Amino acid sequence: MTNASLNHDTNTQTDSTGYNFAYLDEQTKRMIRRCLLKAVAVPGYQVPFGGREMPLPYGWGTGGMQVTATVIGRDDVLKVIDQGADDTTNAVSIRRFFARTAGIATTESTREASIIQTRHRIPETPLSHGQVLVYQVPIPDPLRFIEPRETETRKMHALQEYGVMHVKLYEDISRFGHIATTYAYPVKVNGHYVMDPSPIPKFDNPKMHGNPALQLFGAGREKRVYAIPPFTRVESLDFEDHPFEIQGWDRTCEFCGSDHSFLDEVVTDDEGGRIFICSDTDYCNQRLETGASQEAV
Amino acid sequence: MYVAVKGGEQAIDQAHSWLDETRRGDTSLPELSVAQIRDQMGLAVDRVMAEGSLYDPELAALALKQASGDAIEAIFLLRAYRTTLPRFLASLPMETNSMAIRRRISAAYKDLPGGQVLGPTYDYTHRLLDFTLLANGERASSLPSTQSSTQSSDETVEDCPRVLDFLNSEGLIESPLVDSNHLQPGESAEPEAPADLTRQPLDYPAGRDLRLQALARGDEGFLLALAYSTQRGYGRNHPFAGEIRQGEVAVEIAPEELGFAVIVGDIQVSECDMINQFIGTETEAPRFTRGYGLAFGNSERKTLAMALVDRALRARELGEDVVSPAQDEEFVLAHCDNLDSSGFVSHLKLPHYVDFQSELVLLRRLRKEFQERKSDRQEVKQT
Repeated sequence: MTNASLNHDTNTQTDSTGYNFAYLDEQTKRMIRRCLLKAVAVPGYQVPFGGREMPLPYGWGTGGMQVTATVIGRDDVLKVIDQGADDTTNAVSIRRFFARTAGIATTESTREASIIQTRHRIPETPLSHGQVLVYQVPIPDPLRFIEPRETETRKMHALQEYGVMHVKLYEDISRFGHIATTYAYPVKVNGHYVMDPSPIPKFDNPKMHGNPALQLFGAGREKRVYAIPPFTRVESLDFEDHPFEIQGWDRTCEFCGSDHSFLDEVVTDDEGGRIFICSDTDYCNQRLETGASQEAV
Repeated sequence: MYVAVKGGEQAIDQAHSWLDETRRGDTSLPELSVAQIRDQMGLAVDRVMAEGSLYDPELAALALKQASGDAIEAIFLLRAYRTTLPRFLASLPMETNSMAIRRRISAAYKDLPGGQVLGPTYDYTHRLLDFTLLANGERASSLPSTQSSTQSSDETVEDCPRVLDFLNSEGLIESPLVDSNHLQPGESAEPEAPADLTRQPLDYPAGRDLRLQALARGDEGFLLALAYSTQRGYGRNHPFAGEIRQGEVAVEIAPEELGFAVIVGDIQVSECDMINQFIGTETEAPRFTRGYGLAFGNSERKTLAMALVDRALRARELGEDVVSPAQDEEFVLAHCDNLDSSGFVSHLKLPHYVDFQSELVLLRRLRKEFQERKSDRQEVKQT
């Protein structure tokens, strides 16, 4: 294949596909690694990078995939989730992409994974030091919906001109009585940059704070990467009299009975029937297994 | 009972094999060959090459076949392939003056050196369906074959002078090397190496080199609509199609170790030089301004639109008010790429259960509180 010629480092070549290990060529990976290093050094700051076209559509995780392709090595074990689940179609598709182009081991277990690529969730199982969580990001700038111009938002970040953000949250309170942002809820990282946590539910925001894992964010179409190093301060924006709060359910998971995980609502009939189940499938399965063993004892 | 999210893996496999079957269609009909698409669907191939940013008619035809004729899907296939190719070196600037002309028209002058060459154009066809083609009959050409009029690359091509150069020699139009960096007359006319949109992230304000790159691979439909909007008054720039030319141009490279230029091949391009609204200041005599369009293959509509948008985007540089979408660099450049836009619009097809659930939780709470307030008010009224 023609593509074999692009391999700069023959050691990393996978023979089966003709593409370089994890698809991206080594020069590109080096470029992205440099950007990631900068991102880790300046937590929450959006670093522009020379994003490449990936063989999957923009908006479908190309940023996260470029980050994963850049940090992954032969010994890594990869988990890919979408909406918390390992078996949603796009998660399946991305996991297969890396199994094919990098020949690495994959898993559905949060504990076993060394790299977890995610869309819209942080796993319920606490992450540990040494793990890397890679987020897929659609719109990296939390100010974008207030000020669409990049030229403006860049200045606002540099000057920490975040008043508009609080005004937006205040307007919600005056109109609805609550802050009406339920996902992609803005956070302040290490006391400086206001950052978009990607469209995770605000339920997951507290998990970002002081997390022992390295959190990397990739926005392919917008060509930005950013990062939260392990054990970094991450605060959700709020007011003294309207403190940040996460959503809760007065129901429990239909399968494992969990009363503390994020629940997905499933419509069971056309007469208003609903059940609620854990969005994190691995967490739910683990609880079922341990629950079953406890019952057996 | 609940199976919707399970079995994604098998579903994907089944979808792909169904897709293959659908793409092939009725097997009692002969399969289209890539060569047939390349030769008989030339304009589709050209669009895919232009927006796919890769000059390879065969692969563009293959992409169209694989994409069941969907231009954007085919462009995607070609781009994803292009991004894996190694870069040896940059070519020398292409000299379109020495194009082997297939078509060349000017709307500014009735006749001019080099002549008006209509070429193979749909322009003056009456848009009547040709039922001979439906009956699978080849239309017998009453004219002698025109194939020979395209000069083969072995012959020397006589330079065809450019319309805008006539104007430039009279000082009636700005020089072609004027760019957004405001080159002063007498300053070095040697332009810096152009930036590369595909290697570096776009940064604003973008130089004209980057803007033209973005427009050259930008979506034809989007650029067409923007160009049209300038004609209807949203950033009007009084255009004349100074010259439109189409044909084969040599691509030259000059490897350092050789020390001289060699031709690596000929490519088909379309080019449009637009003559626009004149400007003048206290110190400078009034003169026309330019808009420029260039694209692979026979992509005339695209190059016309590109030239209009290029000129509109020069608003700030030329001291015009930026008031319309077509003049707004961030608006145009951030949204003109059809892989960006189609990817992000279609990502709405991906599951959003979690975010939707988050909204549901909030909405139910807000509605409950609303009802409580309402019944409180009613109680107050009754008492």
